[in-house]
Amino acid sequence: MSEVPSSPVAPAAATAAASVPLKPLGKVVAVTSGKGGVGKTFVSANLAAALAKHGLKVLVLDADLGLANLDVVLNLYPKVTLHDVFTGKAKLADAIIKAPGGFSVLLAGSGMVEYSRLTPEVRDDFLRIMSGLVPHYDVVLLDTGAGISDVVLFAVSLASEVLVVATPEPTSLTDAYATIKVLVGQQKRQTLRLIVNQTARLGDGRAITTQLQQVVDRFVATEPGRPIRLVHMGDIPADPMVRQAVMRRQLLMQTTPGCPAGLAISQLAIKLQETVLPKT
Amino acid sequence: MATATASTLVDPHALRLDDARALLEHGGDSARLPRPGDSPTAYLQAVIDALCELSLKDPLTGLANRRHFRAVLERAIDVVARSGESALLLMLDIDHFKKINDTYGHLAGDQVLQAMARCLTGCVRPMDTVARYGGEEFAVVMPNCQVSFGETVAERIRRAIESLDISVTPSVHVKITASIGGAYAPEWVRSTSNLWTERADVQLYRAKSEGRNRVFIDQQPVVAVSAEEKNLLFGHLALGEPAWIESLTGDATVGNPGSSLPGKFQ
Repeated sequence: MSEVPSSPVAPAAATAAASVPLKPLGKVVAVTSGKGGVGKTFVSANLAAALAKHGLKVLVLDADLGLANLDVVLNLYPKVTLHDVFTGKAKLADAIIKAPGGFSVLLAGSGMVEYSRLTPEVRDDFLRIMSGLVPHYDVVLLDTGAGISDVVLFAVSLASEVLVVATPEPTSLTDAYATIKVLVGQQKRQTLRLIVNQTARLGDGRAITTQLQQVVDRFVATEPGRPIRLVHMGDIPADPMVRQAVMRRQLLMQTTPGCPAGLAISQLAIKLQETVLPKT
Repeated sequence: MATATASTLVDPHALRLDDARALLEHGGDSARLPRPGDSPTAYLQAVIDALCELSLKDPLTGLANRRHFRAVLERAIDVVARSGESALLLMLDIDHFKKINDTYGHLAGDQVLQAMARCLTGCVRPMDTVARYGGEEFAVVMPNCQVSFGETVAERIRRAIESLDISVTPSVHVKITASIGGAYAPEWVRSTSNLWTERADVQLYRAKSEGRNRVFIDQQPVVAVSAEEKNLLFGHLALGEPAWIESLTGDATVGNPGSSLPGKFQ
């Protein structure tokens, strides 16, 4: 794919804002959040490991072009990154590496800071790489950046499903709500899926989803006959084992898959397969 | 460790420090000059400290120079990338500065630059950094500056500059205006100092081309969550329900799994 020259971008397409919804690619699931530091990368990596355990061919793409963390979480030191592919220094196949959890990763690389601004070229490169990758996997998880920058919105626009990660803290919920609002407004999304991380007790995530749904119904779902649905995908309970795995830079699904948070992620993987991923 | 190595290898008495001292006497802060009575180590340390200080300052205005400015910008990006606190960069350019130089001479021009520097320093918080970017161009880095405040702050600075009355000789008073362009560091994104300054520069260019003596600030995508919306999200907090809110005060936060960054970005 890396040999294919980037297709010329028509001026109209080049100036199109991130708000224009693209045709999302099936099997692509974006993991996003309004606020940083709520566990996006942790969820992406461990969910990928859980899905891989079920025999799925999984790719996690580090779509957080501005602030790539996946290498830190997985303790990987890639020689070739997406940045090298973008700049034509390496082939795509060489940039895809095996992660400890039995899935593949494509890391952005620190050189990608230059791409933290979405130029038509970046958009074009990204789309080309994505459409080449998708057919080879059962599911592609996009670990996006936090916030609502144009890069994040663009990455999310490529996904057929969106998982919003939030913690029960008010700041995280406010930012998650803001993200939902933008995704509904700009990408015309009707279904958004919520994962509540670091919950203290059973039922917290459901209560939070209900609460968010109420505000969405009142302030976001303004078009009659076009309801917006927030689906509660599950909770990940606050668990000291998570911190331990993170500090050791290991996957929770490898160190202690049987701990409460590990079990919760296994359940999430099952629910994801049941509800979102196309049956093959 | 470094000092231990240095002291075993370097004899402070054998060092030729006179040039450095002379440099510091001309440009440095005299209160912090190394004194001949100091112990060799203290003397050397004082020379190094004063040289470091000197290397970060613009000699004419005493502001941060471009080198220091770059470092401050990088630091601000690190903070913004991880904390999401917004930081504002303003680029300022004195309008028609060449005319001042041509009309009143370069000494007058220097006085204008110094007055501008004092004015800017007086307009901002102690935590902000004012730098001379080059020529008649200045920059202000404002960490932790809310998006809604940027325009107000920049406008206040513009007015303060406009109201300056700079006496270059007892009989000659010069009035100046400045054009200001601003940009916020993209939140949660590890940008580069180049991209950030470039965005502010674009706005400065706009301010210039739209007639000067005005402020333009790059608008970030902001999604406002209204008080009403927040109220519905958290209004029940006062009632002590539902359970998940109460639980926040408990031991809900065990570590911070998401950040998962042992030291890397802190």
